[in-house]
Amino acid sequence: MSQSVLKRNRETLRKLVVVALLMFGFGYALVPLYEKICEVTGINQVVKPDTVVNTQVDKSRTIVMEFDANARGDIAWELIPRERKRTVHPGELVHVVFDLKNTTDVSVQAQAIPSFGPQRAGLHVKKLECFCFTQQEIRAGESRELPVVLVVEPTIPQDVHTVTLSYTMFEVGGTQEPKTAMRPTGGNG
Amino acid sequence: MEAVHEHDHSHDHPTGLMRWVTTTNHKDIGTMYLWFSFAMFMVGGVMALIIRTELFQPGLQVVQPEFFNQMTTLHGLIMVFGAIMPAFVGFANWQIPMMIGAPDMAFPRMNNWSFWLLPPAGTLLVLSMFVPGGSAGVGWTMYAPLTVQQGMGMDLVIFAVHILGMSSIMGSINIVTTILNLRAPGMTMMKMPLFVWTWLITAYLLIAAMPVLAGAVTMTLTDRHFGTHFFNAAGGGDPVLFQHIFWFFGHPEVYIIAIPAFGVISQVIPAFSRKPLFGYASMVYATASIAILSFLVWAHHMYTVGMPVEAQLYYMFATMLIAVPTGVKVFNWVATMWKGSMTFETPMLFAIGFLFLFTLGGFTGLVLALTPVDVQLHDTYYVVAHFHYVMVAGALFSAFAGVYFWLPKWIGKMYDETLGKWHFWLSIIFFNLTFFVQHFLGLAGMPRRIPDYSLQFADFNMISSIGAFGFGLSQLLFLYILIKAIRSGEKAPEKPWDGADTLEWTHLPTPAPYHSFETPPTVK
Amino acid sequence: MRLKAFSRLLFLATAMLMAGLASAEYQLNLKPAKTALGEAVYDLHTLVMIIITVIFIGVFGFMFYAIFKHRKSVGHQAAHFHENTTVEIVWTVIPVFILIGLAWPATKALLEMRDTSAPDMTIKVTGYQWKWGYEYLDDDVKFYSSLATPRDQIQGDAEKGEHYLLEVDKPLVVPVGKKVRILTTANDVLHAWYVPELAVKQDAIPGFIRDTWFQAEETGTFRGQCAELCGKEHGFMPIVVNVVSEDDYKIWVAEQKSAGGAAAYDPGKTYSVAELTSAGEAVYKAHCVACHQPNGSGMPPTFPALTGGMISTGPIANHLDIVLNGSKKNPMMAAFGAQLSDMEIAAVVTYERNALGNSLGDSLQPGEVAAARK
Repeated sequence: MSQSVLKRNRETLRKLVVVALLMFGFGYALVPLYEKICEVTGINQVVKPDTVVNTQVDKSRTIVMEFDANARGDIAWELIPRERKRTVHPGELVHVVFDLKNTTDVSVQAQAIPSFGPQRAGLHVKKLECFCFTQQEIRAGESRELPVVLVVEPTIPQDVHTVTLSYTMFEVGGTQEPKTAMRPTGGNG
Repeated sequence: MEAVHEHDHSHDHPTGLMRWVTTTNHKDIGTMYLWFSFAMFMVGGVMALIIRTELFQPGLQVVQPEFFNQMTTLHGLIMVFGAIMPAFVGFANWQIPMMIGAPDMAFPRMNNWSFWLLPPAGTLLVLSMFVPGGSAGVGWTMYAPLTVQQGMGMDLVIFAVHILGMSSIMGSINIVTTILNLRAPGMTMMKMPLFVWTWLITAYLLIAAMPVLAGAVTMTLTDRHFGTHFFNAAGGGDPVLFQHIFWFFGHPEVYIIAIPAFGVISQVIPAFSRKPLFGYASMVYATASIAILSFLVWAHHMYTVGMPVEAQLYYMFATMLIAVPTGVKVFNWVATMWKGSMTFETPMLFAIGFLFLFTLGGFTGLVLALTPVDVQLHDTYYVVAHFHYVMVAGALFSAFAGVYFWLPKWIGKMYDETLGKWHFWLSIIFFNLTFFVQHFLGLAGMPRRIPDYSLQFADFNMISSIGAFGFGLSQLLFLYILIKAIRSGEKAPEKPWDGADTLEWTHLPTPAPYHSFETPPTVK
Repeated sequence: MRLKAFSRLLFLATAMLMAGLASAEYQLNLKPAKTALGEAVYDLHTLVMIIITVIFIGVFGFMFYAIFKHRKSVGHQAAHFHENTTVEIVWTVIPVFILIGLAWPATKALLEMRDTSAPDMTIKVTGYQWKWGYEYLDDDVKFYSSLATPRDQIQGDAEKGEHYLLEVDKPLVVPVGKKVRILTTANDVLHAWYVPELAVKQDAIPGFIRDTWFQAEETGTFRGQCAELCGKEHGFMPIVVNVVSEDDYKIWVAEQKSAGGAAAYDPGKTYSVAELTSAGEAVYKAHCVACHQPNGSGMPPTFPALTGGMISTGPIANHLDIVLNGSKKNPMMAAFGAQLSDMEIAAVVTYERNALGNSLGDSLQPGEVAAARK
């Protein structure tokens, strides 16, 4: 092969290696991209307070808000909504309370993740105050009231009549007896 | 790359094992790729037979559920990354330099490395079965968070995928560079044989898709061991994200496997129809558009994860669109046969088998594209049947067609035509016996990846298992045919196929010399 | 030629096989749907099959005509054409129109499928390794549903029953003609809730809820399975839905509330070892048998044996603790505190200590479980 061909080959090699590296980076870029898309479409709620644009109460419509809660992980604890459902008007401030009870003898660091059904409703339910914004430390045997303040925006699509707000409480490490991992860390956070 | 320069002109090469370890010759490396892939095909095939043995009857007879899950995982990974992909890279190594009039691949030393990465990776996959806890029982799709629960077998599988990915990327860079820079004078892009075109497109797909898979499994690895939370809701991640990243790689991967198969078929059908390929330009454009579309439809593998309905609609429409260029290809192949002067030697039989069954797989793909129907059929045996029609009847049959077609050129000897035909007929009959009935199982609601099933599914599973053993045994015949051809095959004529018109047939003797086209031919 | 005779024989065999299939009433298509949406899906599938069949016959009609007529052995000379713009445009454009024709009903069915608004009732379905948890959000009924097929049938030691692998201890019960909204989530890994005849399949994802719905048009028992690989017992977590009349449904709900299932116990009473052991057997079969095996032999090292096991024959407080709170060392041992009632835990612990080859003779009272929860 002549020198000029070898030079061209090296040039092509360089470009293709750059493409491969960029695509590796792209795989990682999908992570924030996905989060952004989920945030914009309301699929996954970021755990930070929303700002409410329109607080005009729309008395002509009612929405049934359902509340649901799950507590995960290999520990005995409970998260229960104090009421199962409430009928609200769009624009109205809604206060609800969840009860968290730690029946174990260790204190637990916990984080709640909110989720909506149907997903597209999530975009229109604004949380002004929520225990999911911060981690909760709940001590052994402790019971705690966790408040949520939210507004269903009047922008919610006309064909949505029922919205479920579900929280899943996870243990995020920091128990007094960290697991001597047979399962590698990261599994339960 | 200085070493390359040196090596190009050294005509004495070591003998014995060292010849194969140190070789930088594209023909040697192509041969190694093909044998490696055949060996992995046998390993993956044995795993498939273990699966089918367990599924022969309801109840757990042979293996325990965990081991069954490991078999489905390893069967998938080994067949996709160990058997099918290396087989087509083997074809690329042998054929691309000869078809474009180049003396060798652009980076012969890197070519050697990209092959020799494969055996360690294959060994890792097999070895993962023997570590405590066994291999990964997560399916070849490796969905989180099940991957987090696995033992160290999962880590070995992840490393193996990394190495296999590295090998594919290196091989692809080599192929792209060779095609772009080393074509003989006069071999313009639109004069390249379609096999070369399909590999150029495939190699670009690989360079774009494989790093994304590497990213996905790396994230799995750090989630497992280093406390990251990419796929763990507790830490702000999302298990569904893994599926998005995986299928962003995974759907192009389907075409990485299928497109070189299209290339082989596009050489074989014209050769045995004694008529040029119909619609060469539209074939090139159709292949390119399939490749581009393949990056835009990945979430059709995820219709049941609960995406917004708008997203489901988009993915449904985009997926249906793929049927158009795929249809164009099938029509072109049939039009190539139309008014030809056909003969039906083994390569042509496998090509027709490919055409017939791949189209069936394409049709079930259209059924699955329709979201409401897919929600019913997702993760059932219908999907298993669908992708085996695409991968086995598609890619594997095309690889068989390619081997029978080019074997005389490679070794200078003919295979046994009668046995070749037997191989074809046994393969196609047992293939359909195995997989056609799986459509019915899926329609009736049998989920995939289960080691045991309810009584309603018993009869078809038994038929499928019988078919699988027949299919597996038929492949031993293929091995016998190969050995027989190599050891005592009749001497091949200079041009055994009347209609073959690419450079390796028109400008090189049979068998092809160890060093070919050291002075490039001129293409008119 | 031998090959020809062979292929003729095979053709004959295939034809006979097909005839056999047709006569024996095999399930060759989607199961008849029991919901309006399911019927729409069924019709869509039929439509696409018809289109496919027509195209298939057309394309391969041409191909086989060519194979028989344009072959060298009958002396056909090859033509030399290799393109025809008109034909190529035609066979690109026509499929586009066919696809548009298909997309229309598909879109309609999809929009309906995803419309979960205005349900009559909502049930939360939680996937566990390896059982389902059901929670009726409107009626405050909650229970677990796990495989009821005895292990000896699976191992081939007993004859398999009619609903082998598709039977559960407590089926989901819903009223006929009501729009039932299903919320799915999961405790550990991905699962998928799939009932073919009700045309529902929805992944269950840990940490998030997803929703789907069905409205059964007739009463009956419909069976499905987990459709997403979720580990070892993925094939053994079936779903059974009993669709009953509205009156029967009301009766069923009332029963659930008054009985509270096995959860009820008399706080004043001290239960005997025999009482607890016999009550514990059902709990063991529903929740423990998948890993620890019917005879308590386990699958070491991941799933330790209970027969003569360190914990099951050690101090009873430790035994209770691991059932209640899970294992700190082995993540595969889940915490059952949230899933099981005091009575159930007392029963199963007593069972494990006095059956499965163990005979310690001690027992655990539900009151002690309640105390341990504090």
